[in-house]
Amino acid sequence: MSAEPRSLARRLFEPASIDSQAPVARIVTYALLFLWTLVVVIPLYWVFITSFKGPGEVDNGPFYLPFVDFAPSLQAWDFMLVQNYTLRPYTNSVVVAVASTLLAVLIGSLAAYALVRIRFQVKLAAVAIFLILLTAIIVAVATFGVQWEIAVAVAAALFIIALFTLVGRTRLAVGNNDIEFWIISNRIMPPIVAVLPIYVMFQQMRLLDTQLALIVTYTAINLPIVVWLTRDFFAGIPLDLEESAQIDGASKFRVFFTIALPLVRSGLVATFLLVLILAWNEYLLALFLSNADAQTMPVLVSAQNTTRGPQWWNMSVLITVMIAPVIVISSILQKHIARGLLVGAVKG
Amino acid sequence: MTATDTMPEAADRRSWAEWLDGHSGRIMVLPAVVVLLCFAIFPLIISAYLALSRFALAPGGFTLKFIGLVNFRKLLVGSQQYHLLGKFGTFGFVQSALLALVAAGLLFLLARYLWRGRPTIAGVIGRLLATAMAMGLAVLALATMAPGGVPGTVVNTLLYVFVGVSVQFALGLGLALLCGQPIRGRNFFRVLFFIPLMVTPVGIAYTFRMLADMQKGPFAPIVRAFGISEWSWATEAWSARLMVLVGDTWQWTPFMFIVLLAAVENQPRDQVEAARLDGANGFQIFRDITWPAIAPIAATVVLIRLIEAFKIIDLPNVLTGGGPGLATESMTLHSFISWRTQDLGGSAAVGYMLLFISTIVCVSFFNFVVRPARRFEA
Repeated sequence: MSAEPRSLARRLFEPASIDSQAPVARIVTYALLFLWTLVVVIPLYWVFITSFKGPGEVDNGPFYLPFVDFAPSLQAWDFMLVQNYTLRPYTNSVVVAVASTLLAVLIGSLAAYALVRIRFQVKLAAVAIFLILLTAIIVAVATFGVQWEIAVAVAAALFIIALFTLVGRTRLAVGNNDIEFWIISNRIMPPIVAVLPIYVMFQQMRLLDTQLALIVTYTAINLPIVVWLTRDFFAGIPLDLEESAQIDGASKFRVFFTIALPLVRSGLVATFLLVLILAWNEYLLALFLSNADAQTMPVLVSAQNTTRGPQWWNMSVLITVMIAPVIVISSILQKHIARGLLVGAVKG
Repeated sequence: MTATDTMPEAADRRSWAEWLDGHSGRIMVLPAVVVLLCFAIFPLIISAYLALSRFALAPGGFTLKFIGLVNFRKLLVGSQQYHLLGKFGTFGFVQSALLALVAAGLLFLLARYLWRGRPTIAGVIGRLLATAMAMGLAVLALATMAPGGVPGTVVNTLLYVFVGVSVQFALGLGLALLCGQPIRGRNFFRVLFFIPLMVTPVGIAYTFRMLADMQKGPFAPIVRAFGISEWSWATEAWSARLMVLVGDTWQWTPFMFIVLLAAVENQPRDQVEAARLDGANGFQIFRDITWPAIAPIAATVVLIRLIEAFKIIDLPNVLTGGGPGLATESMTLHSFISWRTQDLGGSAAVGYMLLFISTIVCVSFFNFVVRPARRFEA
């Protein structure tokens, strides 16, 4: 610090030290951040207080402060949670989100680990023949009315024959990067393209409107994200720990579960949370695949648009109970999420 | 082999374990591949078949008749053209000028690659495809937004994707830079700003319907003061689209913010301090240090957002129901509405169009923006 006194203007516009901001810049920064705080908070606040209103308080113009300009009541909460069937969709949502997330993280991290640690060579010809046969099955069953059991059996036989005769002679192969890219690129596919056949599939299996159908489908759509995130966590851990365990005779599975997984714990937490939020909020697939029994919360919320127009107070209760748990959980584990996303974004 | 004869049981177990260990890689990947085959590849092929056939309910079930590209023809040039592509307006001077600008830009990029880079066959094909797609979409957007035109679901979706993602990126980056300053309470802002991302989109749609209510919403007194309380945003195309964009931006800006903030915090501190000692101003520091450090991450978050933005359905469906008219209908919503009216072939065809557009856009973005950004860093 120099001894000479600084003028007022310089004191306002220049930082006092290298680690701080000038007073004016600081005021602007806080003002802008405060502005966005309002943008974030006002909608949430409005939903929250609307849930304590009744038809009268909503219809007779806006009231802003409970106890000050309107008397809050628990009427809507009582109606939605006690008298109504909200508990069932809520349980559905919890079960479906948690189960599908666990499955997706397990399957996805297994695959990601293998793709990071083990070299794969899959003959391109085998992939091509597989896809051609799959298409042939579908065409045969759909257009020519062949029984699907027969079609699948014939195709499987043809595939095995091809595998032993033709495929071995070809050179072109796909490696780890290609398999990874394929798995991750599945996320680009808009779910609306796949949902019709999935719907028909579950209809044939009589699994429509069950939790199982939703769990399996959500697992599939979130799998690419899990692989994409966890592969970087696994790639980041040092090899020697695993190698010494393998020399001691541990199998690859054992190494995975006892050494690799614990090492990437915090990354797994981030992945788990992210996928959990996605599954918890999913709307389109639930709309197709569930009806009354397996209905999840987003579908219930969107179905509130009754003929008399949406009843804001009831809706607000539903939205509040939907977002409260995720806000609590992810506020606690916030740092994990940011770190997890960052690692994924850096390596991609 | 002699040892195995004397101890058959242990050997059995060992060979079983050995087999398992030898194939462990395949076994680990298998579940993921099977799940994706069943729920992505298999449905995708069936959908392709559906898109090429006519579905009709028949007594005791349904019939599927293979009709070739009729569904696509109907959407692109036939009776459903107004729905997917929209109604074309008259090309004026402004539209022509803009189109010329886009064409010049694309040709410049293409020419630069051919002359300066080392062109490969795959590279040329990919760039030609991306250029053609960009040009086609630009023509479509300009033609339907010209006077007398009405945008269809393709242009609506593009609007949500490109305008939405750009605004979210700009806001997210701005907030991340503000929060990256040496301020108190950074963690508070980080936790708070993250919250909208977790709110279900359906809930956001209703929340914004409440907020934007001209008679009963919290801003009603302000609206009344301006004397426009009789007007409703839901009855006009552009205000309705704006509402959808506002809801989408409220939800997704946090995603950009949270990742970019982590990136900003990871930028080389010592370089920033050295630059500040040398008297560099904020903009110079951003341009020369911060931006190069966060560019690869920025490109990747935009890619992730692009991928997800193409799938938008919940917000328009609940907020406006796709209206007024078709003004806010996205392609996914279009496909869903076709499905509800039993037009399964049409629905699958729209879905495939969306898949086609989003794949080319996302893969192009990955190849031409994300990859160079990463190489730049390395």
